[in-house]
Amino acid sequence: MSLGPMPQHLVSIGDLSAEGIVEVLEVAESFAEVERRAMKKVPTLKGKVVATVFFEESTRTRLSFETAAKRLSADVLSLSVASSSVKKGESLRDTVQTIEAMGIDLLIMRHGSSGAPLQASRWTEHAQVVNAGDGWHEHPSQGLLDCFTVRQAWAEQRSMAAAGTGATLFEGKQVLIVGDLAHSRVARSEVLAYTALGAEVTLAAPRTLLPANLDHWPVQVAEDFEEALGRADVVSVLRLQAERGSGECVPNLREFTSTFGLTEERMDRLKPGALVTHPGPMVRGVEISSRVADDPRCLVTTQVHNGVAVRMAILYLLLAGPRLEAAAIGQFAGAAA
Amino acid sequence: MNAPFGAFEHPVVVAGGQVLTERGLERLDLVVHQGIVVELGASVDHPAGATVLDASGALVGPSFVDLHTHLREPGREQAETIETGTRAAALGGYGAVVAMPNTEPTMDTAAVVHMVLERGRNAPCEVAAAGAITVGRLGAQLAPMAELAALGVELFTDDGTGVQDGGVARRAMDYCRGLGVTYAEHCEDLAIAHGGCVHEGAWSALLGLPGQPAAAEEAMVARDLLLAATTGARLHLLHLSTAGSVELVRQAKARGVAVTAEVAPHHLSLTDASLKGYDPCFKVNPPLRPAEHLEALLDGLNDGTIDAVATDHAPHTPELKDLPFDQAPPGMLGLETAASITYEQLVAGRGATIERFFEVMATQPAKIARLDGTGARPFGHSVHGQRVAVGTTANLVVFDPEVRWTLEVDQLASKATNSPFSGARLVGKVRHCLLRGEPVVTDARSTR
Repeated sequence: MSLGPMPQHLVSIGDLSAEGIVEVLEVAESFAEVERRAMKKVPTLKGKVVATVFFEESTRTRLSFETAAKRLSADVLSLSVASSSVKKGESLRDTVQTIEAMGIDLLIMRHGSSGAPLQASRWTEHAQVVNAGDGWHEHPSQGLLDCFTVRQAWAEQRSMAAAGTGATLFEGKQVLIVGDLAHSRVARSEVLAYTALGAEVTLAAPRTLLPANLDHWPVQVAEDFEEALGRADVVSVLRLQAERGSGECVPNLREFTSTFGLTEERMDRLKPGALVTHPGPMVRGVEISSRVADDPRCLVTTQVHNGVAVRMAILYLLLAGPRLEAAAIGQFAGAAA
Repeated sequence: MNAPFGAFEHPVVVAGGQVLTERGLERLDLVVHQGIVVELGASVDHPAGATVLDASGALVGPSFVDLHTHLREPGREQAETIETGTRAAALGGYGAVVAMPNTEPTMDTAAVVHMVLERGRNAPCEVAAAGAITVGRLGAQLAPMAELAALGVELFTDDGTGVQDGGVARRAMDYCRGLGVTYAEHCEDLAIAHGGCVHEGAWSALLGLPGQPAAAEEAMVARDLLLAATTGARLHLLHLSTAGSVELVRQAKARGVAVTAEVAPHHLSLTDASLKGYDPCFKVNPPLRPAEHLEALLDGLNDGTIDAVATDHAPHTPELKDLPFDQAPPGMLGLETAASITYEQLVAGRGATIERFFEVMATQPAKIARLDGTGARPFGHSVHGQRVAVGTTANLVVFDPEVRWTLEVDQLASKATNSPFSGARLVGKVRHCLLRGEPVVTDARSTR
């Protein structure tokens, strides 16, 4: 398999073609293979310098990207806003250009403002930019790892290897995304990724938590949540983004839980083999009940685990470039093993 | 006929243009002396020592009047000053601009208004002032409007924000009516807008930016139209941007409400699809809207529902436009591109007449700002917006509707560079501009 060309920056799932998304999933499978070995590190990105620049707090995404970069032998710099000159009034543009001036090859950026990583990508001369979540806009690596996780689970249900299945397992599948869609960057990335792979996406939320205009979204809105649950192959549960003002969009949490929470009763409506994902952090008892969170059908810890392999694939594909053959990963992996 | 205050003494000939007179467009030459058009004819004798300006292939009419200019002085001189802003205005063909009161400090006292008018006195474009409706533009206590009206202030507005409290708006309109001045509103119901920094629609949903619905503007338009009818005050609606607003004004005018309205060139030419790249130079308030609104605004401007084009020229320093989109302040430059954009959209695009072009750019705004000779003129403002005739004040623009040019923001006279048309190919440009008979712009260059 030869690798297709990758975009310079990964700001949106829309930067990738359907083939590009599949490529990330396939390469991630190879890296998942590496992860199962005793020696988890490969020298693929030796000499490359990657910086995580987080203007908003995060635990899992940052850790996951940094782990991925280290497993690829890249040097990792980590800028936390609290200790940076941003607090002293430095502009985003200056921060980005200062970081690039240190010889960074790739900048992994999270920002509370939608579009900030795209702006940053216009301000760098050579450094590539990966969006690690921007405002309400997108969280592409999360969307990709969610697709990776469900593809693996579906392959497992069929007792086959996920590697090499491309987008075939997504065809005709029903994805139901429920919760705070208006303020969720994960929702936008999931919608783009799942639909690009051939799945059908349905949204379910109180009207106040849906984007006001869905004209250009390739989705349906569930008229009846309970009925939509019965048709779903995957239920993606999103957290109420209280810090982004979603609290005022529902009368109270009890009513939100009773109308759109994934409760045990609602789990009973799922068809056999249906899966539940959650990008975390979960608020047990609100959008998802504690029992459901611990149910084997709920893949939340698998998602976190897979995040590293998927982010390795993203970094590898962006940095090692389209000229490398997939076989080369095996060679590097072999060399390390 | 007396020479206007500050009139240019030397004679000027404007030759070869299509001149807008009471009879329409005519191929005429004209002689200007002591700030007055003294001769008009198919060919005129050139007085000794006259400056001759070539107007061949161009339109000659009253210089433009901008109802909505943020000159930023006092308070934000890093972005614009009265000097740079009026030079930009002259280059854009403007003979007068109304300075908006959202300065720092606010133009809510005679001292600040006096300072602005005094500093604008010898500028290449006359500076009129709008006063604040409420103290500090905070929407609570009425500003001393009579004191400001005594300085010649004719328009009052809290622009930048609308007066949120309907009770305050009603009292302010009553008070304005008593003074015979105009209440001008930035229509935006902040509760409905809810912090939205772009139009709420398909693009806000795709980009994950908080949007404000068209209803945030329309709700206040509707409220103010009702209050204007209740109080009998003269109401001017600033920078209308939605189809619904146009329809509300159309209905109110049919009922005889004393309302006028303006639209900004960017709302006639750009849609919210421009937001795709999150470039804060496209962030403006009211926000860019989808094409159906743009079409309704052009219809409204063409059929007279909307009276005037006003730039909402809003300079910001580059560092503020390098902020993330949601944190950057709204506003765009407009003075040096307004005529080109308006001509292209309204005349070339919509088939409006050249007479209509000068009406919306000059005659109507002069009337609304009472710079048409009807207002009190303690600061010596001259008469604007008149069609060319012997005896009229020589506030003239020579506009070449054919010339094609590319906008380079670093060539602008404005201090700031936040134009949404950076790098754009534009058609039509101001060639010369005369203020009280003085050629302040010749061959698209400032003479000052």
